Amino acid sequence: MLSTKCLRFLLPLLATAAYAQDDKIAALEAAVKSAQSSGDNAWMLVSSALVLMMTGPGLALFYGGLVRRKNVLGTMMQSFILMAVVTVLWALFGYSLAFGEGSSFLGDMRYMFLNGVGAEPNGDYAATIPQQTFMVFQLMFAIITPALISGAFAERMRFSAMLLFSILWLFIVYLPMAHMVWGKGGLLNAFLGGSIPCFDFAGGTVVHITSGFSALVCALYLGKRIGFGGEGMKPHSLVLSFIGACLLWVGWFGFNAGSALGAGALATSAFVATHFAAATGALGWVVAEWLKHGKPSILGGISGAVAGLVAITPGSGFVTPMPALLIGFLAGLICYFMVVVVKNKFGYDDSLDAFGVHGVGGSLGAILTGVFATNAVNNALKDANGNPLPLGLVDGNGAQIMNQVIGTGIAIAIAVVGTFLILKICDIVVGVRADSKEETMGLDLSMHGEEGYNFEA
Amino acid sequence: MKKIEAIVQPFKLEEVKEALKAIGIDGMTITEVRGHGRQKGHKEVYRGQEYTVDLLPKVKVEMVVPDSRADEVIRTLAGAARTGNIGDGKIFTYDVAEAIRIRNEDRGESAL
Repeated sequence: MLSTKCLRFLLPLLATAAYAQDDKIAALEAAVKSAQSSGDNAWMLVSSALVLMMTGPGLALFYGGLVRRKNVLGTMMQSFILMAVVTVLWALFGYSLAFGEGSSFLGDMRYMFLNGVGAEPNGDYAATIPQQTFMVFQLMFAIITPALISGAFAERMRFSAMLLFSILWLFIVYLPMAHMVWGKGGLLNAFLGGSIPCFDFAGGTVVHITSGFSALVCALYLGKRIGFGGEGMKPHSLVLSFIGACLLWVGWFGFNAGSALGAGALATSAFVATHFAAATGALGWVVAEWLKHGKPSILGGISGAVAGLVAITPGSGFVTPMPALLIGFLAGLICYFMVVVVKNKFGYDDSLDAFGVHGVGGSLGAILTGVFATNAVNNALKDANGNPLPLGLVDGNGAQIMNQVIGTGIAIAIAVVGTFLILKICDIVVGVRADSKEETMGLDLSMHGEEGYNFEA
Repeated sequence: MKKIEAIVQPFKLEEVKEALKAIGIDGMTITEVRGHGRQKGHKEVYRGQEYTVDLLPKVKVEMVVPDSRADEVIRTLAGAARTGNIGDGKIFTYDVAEAIRIRNEDRGESAL
């Protein structure tokens, strides 16, 4: 009797204590979540800044140094203006069309004017960072991708045509491709319900294959520059190109390791793979050049590093360090072969080798991702019981190579057809190519009314 | 007065300047120029694209000296600029009609 009385008295007390315990745990959980969010968000904001730095000044310097001095500003402007134009388009419609859950091919308008894109994370894409961070990180990719194409039409495209081209290209090629690969419900999205799962960690298909093949179409459509192959066509400052390429190398850590969308071990793995591939890419190109021409060049070194970085991009979050070394080295060799042997044989004027490096390196990387992707690095793909699924050939899933080939093929098809149509439209509306007087004078003076180097000033 | 115009290897400029200074010639004008005489150019390769460069960087040194000193200056200049290899450059001399110092309109050799 006494014990029952005691119990009746004690139970409510115990219950109160238990509630207090629950409150403490909840508070602790909230604190842990907030700490993780802060850590991830810090890395993602830094990564966003790094990826923007790839366009300006990275790519602007890299390309700017490779052209003649009369086109240095015009070439830099082609990268820089996209930092402004794409940003506005992205805020209004671009982000929504890429990442809104629409059809298999294009997003919807749910995030138009960034409606609902704020501090709350979007669990489909990145559960620990504000959706606004994810939005701005992805924006930086949309800026650099059309900028890459400018390497193919350098020194001879009208500025107005370049602007119109880039805007149309964003809507017709980039946004559908980004949605298909990364958007929820996209056709090729391996993690969010795509019917053809294609692995593209940081943009092998979305960024490099689309821009690279579009570049080839541009080079063929515009034709050769006046005086192509003559003595006067040398790069005017490899010093600028060198600085630009090194900034690209560093910026690429944001591009690839940032694509982990958090600051965990996957980001580290992508960081290491990225760096390793850049190193062997540089060596691959330099070795090939040394053997063929007898001299290792700095332009070869930086071109190879960029080729290695391009090729590792799709696989950076899926492969271990040793395959990364191999992927980079192969990219250095193969891109060298494409740029030095194949291009010169066919004689098309891909002025700064946007196709030879980004198109070829991107395709190589996309397919090799199907070979070397392993769930030892990335276990995001799980079966019904929560066990990680095999990813690439090394995990015993050889069929993935076919998915990668299909993804590559779709990217190439959209890029080639889209770019050709866009060029036709631009030609009708403003005229794509600068006239011979403008081209001879140089884009700096004819398009922008200024000069890069005023020694008398 | 004689004008002496020498086209020399850029890396020889310092030696030429020092040698001329040593014999008391301290006025001269330097221009970076490109050109070639009998020297053949060289090949440069950028991403497999070969360029033959036959206009090579040179430095043009110009000065005007009294007739009495012309031979000495030419010997000194040639001695300092010589490596013995093809591409060392050339020296030309001209007669000068008049020299005028802008500051005070001194004329003739006193303007040099």
